Amino acid sequence: MPTPYLDISQLGIEFDTDSGPFRALENVNLKIAQGEFVSLIGHSGCGKSTVLNIVAGLYKATEGGVILEGKEVNEPGPDRAVVFQNHALMPWLTVYQNVELAVAHIFKKTKSKAEQRDWIEHNLRLVHMDHAMKKLPHEISGGMKQRVGIARCLAMQPKVLLMDEPFGALDALTRAHLQDSLMEIQNDLGNTVIMITHDVDEAVLLSDRIVMMSNGPAASIGEVLQVDLPRPRDRLELAENPEFNRYRQAVLKFLYEKQKNPAKDASAKSTDSNSVTDASKTANQASAQTPHDSAAA
Amino acid sequence: MSTDALNHFGSQLLSRFRQVDFYRLVAQSLKNLGIPLLGVLIFLALWHSVATNIVTSLGQFPGPSEVWEQSKGLIAEHQAERQKAEDFLQRQLDRNASILAENPDAEVRIRDYTGRPTFFDQIFTSLKTVTFGFILASIIAIPLGIVCGLSDLSYRAVNPIIQVLKPVSPLAWLPLVTMMVSALYVSDDPMFDKSFLNSAFTVALCCIWPTVINTTVGVASIDRDLIDVSRVIRLPTLVHVQKIVIPSAIPMIFTGLRMSLATGWMVLIAAEMLAQNPGLGKFIWDEFQNGSSNSLGRIMVAVIAIGLIGFCLDRLMLLLQRKVSWDKNAILR
Repeated sequence: MPTPYLDISQLGIEFDTDSGPFRALENVNLKIAQGEFVSLIGHSGCGKSTVLNIVAGLYKATEGGVILEGKEVNEPGPDRAVVFQNHALMPWLTVYQNVELAVAHIFKKTKSKAEQRDWIEHNLRLVHMDHAMKKLPHEISGGMKQRVGIARCLAMQPKVLLMDEPFGALDALTRAHLQDSLMEIQNDLGNTVIMITHDVDEAVLLSDRIVMMSNGPAASIGEVLQVDLPRPRDRLELAENPEFNRYRQAVLKFLYEKQKNPAKDASAKSTDSNSVTDASKTANQASAQTPHDSAAA
Repeated sequence: MSTDALNHFGSQLLSRFRQVDFYRLVAQSLKNLGIPLLGVLIFLALWHSVATNIVTSLGQFPGPSEVWEQSKGLIAEHQAERQKAEDFLQRQLDRNASILAENPDAEVRIRDYTGRPTFFDQIFTSLKTVTFGFILASIIAIPLGIVCGLSDLSYRAVNPIIQVLKPVSPLAWLPLVTMMVSALYVSDDPMFDKSFLNSAFTVALCCIWPTVINTTVGVASIDRDLIDVSRVIRLPTLVHVQKIVIPSAIPMIFTGLRMSLATGWMVLIAAEMLAQNPGLGKFIWDEFQNGSSNSLGRIMVAVIAIGLIGFCLDRLMLLLQRKVSWDKNAILR
């Protein structure tokens, strides 16, 4: 395998709590290629967000580390822009100014004022928010705010776009629109994306790979599912696609059969975290375990 | 039903709506204006009945009517004093003109009028003092609060000192401030009176704390996500403070400023009484010492003026907050 674009290796983190250290993550290994769309899925509190925050540089790993394009990540930076679940727009700045806050600082030396303005407008156009540039965040809907949050990140021209449950706080219809927009943008720009989600359909629809995390404490990567659906993907067509449903089932099975049971939780953890589960096999062998699991057990 | 009947029915309905609208308007204005007015009237009645029953060595306790009389007297006194000052200036101008007519090279001077400060002069002095002290305190308190809110270490370092100094009545500082000013502020042509500085510093000493504490809380409770955004963009500290921290903490900063100004105004009156520094406090003390039959009424006028001015100062801060704050929907009380 050639050197990966983003390499997360042997990652572990411990938090200091009042009742002693708490080990949230252990032995997380993940290699991501340029232009790949990877979803992290798992139950609440399994440390998905922690992984993302370490890649973003917002948290420091206790052991292991993250290498992006040959350089170690040890602080936050615009090359790893984060889309937050609750948009994180400055309420006192207009839509335009929110994007400007990032652009004005990051491209201070490389873009003229006029170029900056064009760039901000271009990115707002990408997320279809160019009509509301003068509006304040409280004047637009939740979905629109999240669009602006995405535009702000795209405007940073990140090497990796990190998305922390970006559509979790939105209603189903708005979520679908935003997912379509995101697919469109990623198709055009070829961004490398790591997205955290709770939503199985969303993960299968958007991802090239789905990384399923085991439950904490000391959570790790349980299984990795390669999603080989052709792009561009259409949600209506996929709804009837048997492949799509097999992928869904594989994820559901992991989340609700394997991770519910603590005994199996332990066995899942002992598998090679980088192993790619063959989804069709998983689906065929309705009687639970994958070959990897049985081999490990 | 004919069209006419329908029309008639329609217009009836419309007038009904208008009537309802009208009643609602009346009810609304009754609630907004009538009820507070009623409260004031009841208070005045109670005050009047209580006042007539209290007889002091300086005469009867002033009731509303007495206060009204005295405030008219104070206004007249002020106007008379102003007239005197103008006359004094005019006399000097006339004299200087005649001197210059005789000898164009003569040196002429205009002397300041040194009459007794009136009630309104004292109000003006107090306002000037409280403004100066308040601004001085804010210049120290806001940056200190921002530093404490941003860095837990500096908060831990500064907090014990704040907690101990906060409950100290600034009047306890007054003697120290007085001695310090007279020792350190030595100048042949002083820009400020020493008494002015004494009062202003005393006010500043009590204005600092609420602003420091509220600014610290405001800065420390900024949404984590917004801070993370700033970290991802890698904003330098100063830009971070200017673009993220201050706008975010503005509502809390103003809460602190309003508390500061309110306590500052209260403390100022006490300081002026205690130190005999010019201002409303001195006015009250002088009237008390004067002990004429008018004194109690005049003191009562001062009490009401102090209350109204304090109220106006708070409203002024509220207006400023509305102007500066991004959160126009917040209910500001």
